[in-house]
Amino acid sequence: MKKKKTFQRIVLYISLLVLAVIFLFPLVWMVVSSFKDDLQIFRDMTSIQAFLPPMPGEAEGGYLENYIVAFERADLFRYIINSLIYTGGIIVTGLFVNSLAGYALARFRIPFMGIWLGIIIATLIIPPESIFLPLYLLVFNLGWVNTFSGLIIPFIANAFAIFLFRQFFLDFPKELEEAARIDGCSQIGTFFRIIVPLSKPVFATVAIVLFINHWNDFLWPLVVASDESIRTIQIGLQYFMNQEPVEWGPMMAALTVATIPMLFVFGFLQRYYVQGLTHTGSKN
Amino acid sequence: MGCEEIMKQKKLLKSHKSQEAFTGYLFLAPALVLLSIFLLYPIGTMFYYSLTDFYILSPDDRSFVGFENFIRIFSDAQFLNAFGNTVYFAVIIVPVQMSVALGLAILVNKNIKGRTFFRTAFFSPVVMSLVVVSILWTFLYNPSEGLFNEILGAVGIPEQPFLTSPDQAMNSIIVMSIWQGAGFQMLIFLAGLQNIPEHLYEAAEIDGASMWQKFLHVTLPGLKNVSLFIFITITIAAFKLLVQPMIMTQGGPLGSTQSLVYEIYETGFNYRDVGYASSMAVVFTLIVLIVAIIQRKVASEERGS
Repeated sequence: MKKKKTFQRIVLYISLLVLAVIFLFPLVWMVVSSFKDDLQIFRDMTSIQAFLPPMPGEAEGGYLENYIVAFERADLFRYIINSLIYTGGIIVTGLFVNSLAGYALARFRIPFMGIWLGIIIATLIIPPESIFLPLYLLVFNLGWVNTFSGLIIPFIANAFAIFLFRQFFLDFPKELEEAARIDGCSQIGTFFRIIVPLSKPVFATVAIVLFINHWNDFLWPLVVASDESIRTIQIGLQYFMNQEPVEWGPMMAALTVATIPMLFVFGFLQRYYVQGLTHTGSKN
Repeated sequence: MGCEEIMKQKKLLKSHKSQEAFTGYLFLAPALVLLSIFLLYPIGTMFYYSLTDFYILSPDDRSFVGFENFIRIFSDAQFLNAFGNTVYFAVIIVPVQMSVALGLAILVNKNIKGRTFFRTAFFSPVVMSLVVVSILWTFLYNPSEGLFNEILGAVGIPEQPFLTSPDQAMNSIIVMSIWQGAGFQMLIFLAGLQNIPEHLYEAAEIDGASMWQKFLHVTLPGLKNVSLFIFITITIAAFKLLVQPMIMTQGGPLGSTQSLVYEIYETGFNYRDVGYASSMAVVFTLIVLIVAIIQRKVASEERGS
């Protein structure tokens, strides 16, 4: 019996390790190759060297050569700033607009409440891929093509975020608000001074979900922000990939750079993200 | 209390009520206005355009053509090809990715050393955007210089064409997509697993259930809701397939990786045939709606029983 258990353990750990290798090796190769010149990338590919960083003194022109080349050939800095403005703009305005709406749906007795809730839930289902063409024509007619307004404003109101806020505020103890109202706080005052400071977790969750979704956005920035001055990082990478001559090292450097902001978000805020998605998973 | 008093109170209550409604609408207004303009209105125009011959270069002389676009769709080999590819992608990726994600979740849920490391490892591809992953794997899949063929060569398997072959391109995209996405669903499954009460397993153990029986009769039923949620999200995400073929293959070779959304994009933006592209978008939307409605139905039946 005991022997069987040990054997099972060994099999378990070996399969875990094999799986970990499968999931990690493309990433490791990407990061490691970003520090090598193309010649070395190809030379190392036939051995385990492919997954090891260059030995000291081996990298010609220094370890960061690829990064310098990548930033020279494509305006990665500009693209990342654009992506941050795009996602940041949606997060700041979106938190404001959607939390207010979620609060109204959770707390106020409003005529036709059922209809509004129904519409918001219905819009939850329609993916942006459905409407990007008519939406583009609308934004075009508004004169917002190649502007941050065109990128940001259509995606401020977010049915998913409204829904998440509503769920949270439904569970929020009513007594606090009533106490604030008796002390003469207006409803708007109550919301901003009592509710918001006590709802940091849900604000954090929504902010992270919005960041991840929009940082990764491809189709909408592709059609509405084609101009280089407003290009987001995802679109910038696509242009860089198709730019001649194709150099592997700088490409890997660019991919690594584009991943760093997401690493940051997941590294520090993963807790909120997991809370958010398990919450929707169980309640949906 | 006199009659007048009561009337007064009623009035007060009423004014309080209408004031509440007013504030409520004030709170709701920004979201409702934005959703109406940027979601409801485009949905409406999509349906309207789908019934016209709207062409971007001559926007003013568009005329109503009824269901002509929809009839055209079903005899359009290019559309049917894109549709078939997308269905193939979904039919393969939904069960495989779900199984992989569930398997990973079960492994990581075990009492093992280095749990956090393994969980992080399986989740790490999710941190990269689909664009980054697609570019990276295009290099890995490179037939003559790519890493995958080097590895295959090392174990004696001949060079594979991967993305350059009509037979392998879609499957190559599928493998990559599972690799990228499974860690995400693993996390959701993991939360589901941790919600299954421990005493159910203990009871099964006392009854002498084998590991497989425990999986079948305790784990799977306990994950019903979570599985349904994951099933729907992967299915809908699969029908949205766009980034991978756009970056890796441009829909080729020989249209073997052309997807539904890619076809809508090309018809609308490259050929500027808005009316026709809209009718494709309507079909796409209906598919997504049907999947979502099935989910609601199943979920509410669950709750009912």
